[in-house]
Amino acid sequence: MDFQLTESQRALQDAARKYAREVVRPKAAHYDETSEFPKDLLSAAFELGLINMAIPSEYGGLGLSHLEQVMVCEELAWGCAGVATSLIANDLANLPIILHGTDDQKKRLLTPFTQKVKFSSFCLTEPGAGSDVAAMSTTARREGDHYVLNGSKCFITNGGYADQFTVFATVDKAKKHKGITCFVVEGRPQGLTTGKHENKMGQRASNTTTVTFDEVRVPVANRIGEEGQGFLVAMATLDNSRPLTASISVGIARAALEHSLDYSAQRQTFGKPIREHQGVQFMLADMAMNTHGARLLTYESAWVLDQGQRNTLQSSYAKCFAADMAMKVTTDAVQVYGGYGYMKEYPVEKLMRDAKLIQVYEGTSQVQRLVIAKELFK
Amino acid sequence: MKILVTAKRVEDPESKIKVKPDGSGIVQEGLKYKINPFDEIGVEEGLRLAAKHGGEVVVVSIGTKDVQEQLRHALAMGATRAVWVNHAGALDQLGIAALLQKVVEKEKPDLVVLGKQSIDDDQNQVGQYLAEFLGWGQATFASKVESLESEAEKNKVPAVALTADGKAVRVVREVDNGLATLEVQLPAVVTTDLRLNQPRYASLPGIMKAKSKPIEELTPEKLGVDVTPRIQVLKMSAPPARKAGIKVPDVATLVEKLHNEAKVV
Repeated sequence: MDFQLTESQRALQDAARKYAREVVRPKAAHYDETSEFPKDLLSAAFELGLINMAIPSEYGGLGLSHLEQVMVCEELAWGCAGVATSLIANDLANLPIILHGTDDQKKRLLTPFTQKVKFSSFCLTEPGAGSDVAAMSTTARREGDHYVLNGSKCFITNGGYADQFTVFATVDKAKKHKGITCFVVEGRPQGLTTGKHENKMGQRASNTTTVTFDEVRVPVANRIGEEGQGFLVAMATLDNSRPLTASISVGIARAALEHSLDYSAQRQTFGKPIREHQGVQFMLADMAMNTHGARLLTYESAWVLDQGQRNTLQSSYAKCFAADMAMKVTTDAVQVYGGYGYMKEYPVEKLMRDAKLIQVYEGTSQVQRLVIAKELFK
Repeated sequence: MKILVTAKRVEDPESKIKVKPDGSGIVQEGLKYKINPFDEIGVEEGLRLAAKHGGEVVVVSIGTKDVQEQLRHALAMGATRAVWVNHAGALDQLGIAALLQKVVEKEKPDLVVLGKQSIDDDQNQVGQYLAEFLGWGQATFASKVESLESEAEKNKVPAVALTADGKAVRVVREVDNGLATLEVQLPAVVTTDLRLNQPRYASLPGIMKAKSKPIEELTPEKLGVDVTPRIQVLKMSAPPARKAGIKVPDVATLVEKLHNEAKVV
């Protein structure tokens, strides 16, 4: 076991940290306030190779390990969680292709992302089917060498700006999860419409819309895996993406901890800086301890993937612990700041709003616990 | 055009620097290191010149194996290859300049671009010694007329300008009362000031590519240089801690104190 980062891992971390500190941080409050799409920040990230980290080197990607990806992602989220979510949304959408696509599909559908700024959306959630994926009602009807998609997806990250969509739909609703199939829709074909940008509580820099499919035709060549394999594709994708969402929590919590350390050294009560009061020290110590604990779980869940092993248990540990931890740490950060923490002029209330989303998206903290229990009973 | 640049390993200015109790140096445990910011500006200028005129950028550093981290940083920014002079002991500016002289004689670059000083010991001597040892012309404190927000800067135009016949460079220098423009015959030594350019970020693809770029290892012995220092650091000490300020109850007291104690009004 080696906890020492390699020179190259440190270099990647430093590069991401520099981008987060100098490019993202100065604009984070602006994009939180306006909820505009941070195109300039995302283009800068593309120039630096901080987007599409999961694409393998054979298809023009960087060939980063999962461990390196989570290290980079923590830095991005430290800058702004909304920006980090926008950046890794492409990975989430492209993971089904990376994990289950054919060589031809990978060449056609992944390589363009390495050549220009381009967004893709992962379309799984529906108004009536979130964690309960098998309740999905978007349908895919086969017509010759095409499928025709009909239905509606919601809470889709980057929906308004994507020109590629990884869509899950059922070929036969009676078959429940065994009918679910994965498709990639290229461009924005006729019949595909996206709704207004949702007015969210946090992570407001990330674009979130509905995506509706009305007789949208997809060539059979863009079906990822076989008919009925979509559920497995989705689950494998989420196993791979959970370490990344966990690392977003770690990045948010680290930011909250650092702000709290600084502020508690300046703010005086009863004649001394508040960090000399034991009550505040206990909070700061818990924040640091839990942030680091979540980081180690996150690293381990990524490391297991790098060993080519299934990480369902470890990635649910990481995602669930990190999300709940970030909620607590950011809430405590607001507490350390007192009344000022509740004001938008100070940076910590944003972190609290940003953290909340991670307990909800890509499998709620409750669903993570169901997954963990199921793994334990095996 | 072949350009030689340097990448000294220095303490990260954001680290908390503590002097050892015995004054023999600084506490190195827990410190972060980075490329000397003035050298980084030199690497950037080298890359811009090579992009405009063709050629390669070779980066040099002197020190233990740790300096490979700074060499890799310059390689990740885009330098072609690296030369590492492996040396563990103390070095003074004459020793550094003598080692660089040998590397320059071996590599035969058209131009050497290095930081005007390093932010650890702030000597501001190596570039000048090097030019003297080589018998080359020098242009120190290179800067530019355009601001760091200008279009030229955004388009990464090199500020060090090659003349039409390609035999000299024009360099804008920062001097006390403004800017002076020099023309210096190649080969030459240029040292960089802060406003020469804004160094690019190392990109992730750059970092991955840098892993396979070659680093050649040399030693003072191989280069035939005696680096025994002629300058010895006797003692280091931290500046005296600043005294806490005071709060005054009203403007009248403030003016009174400024007048009678601080004697500034």
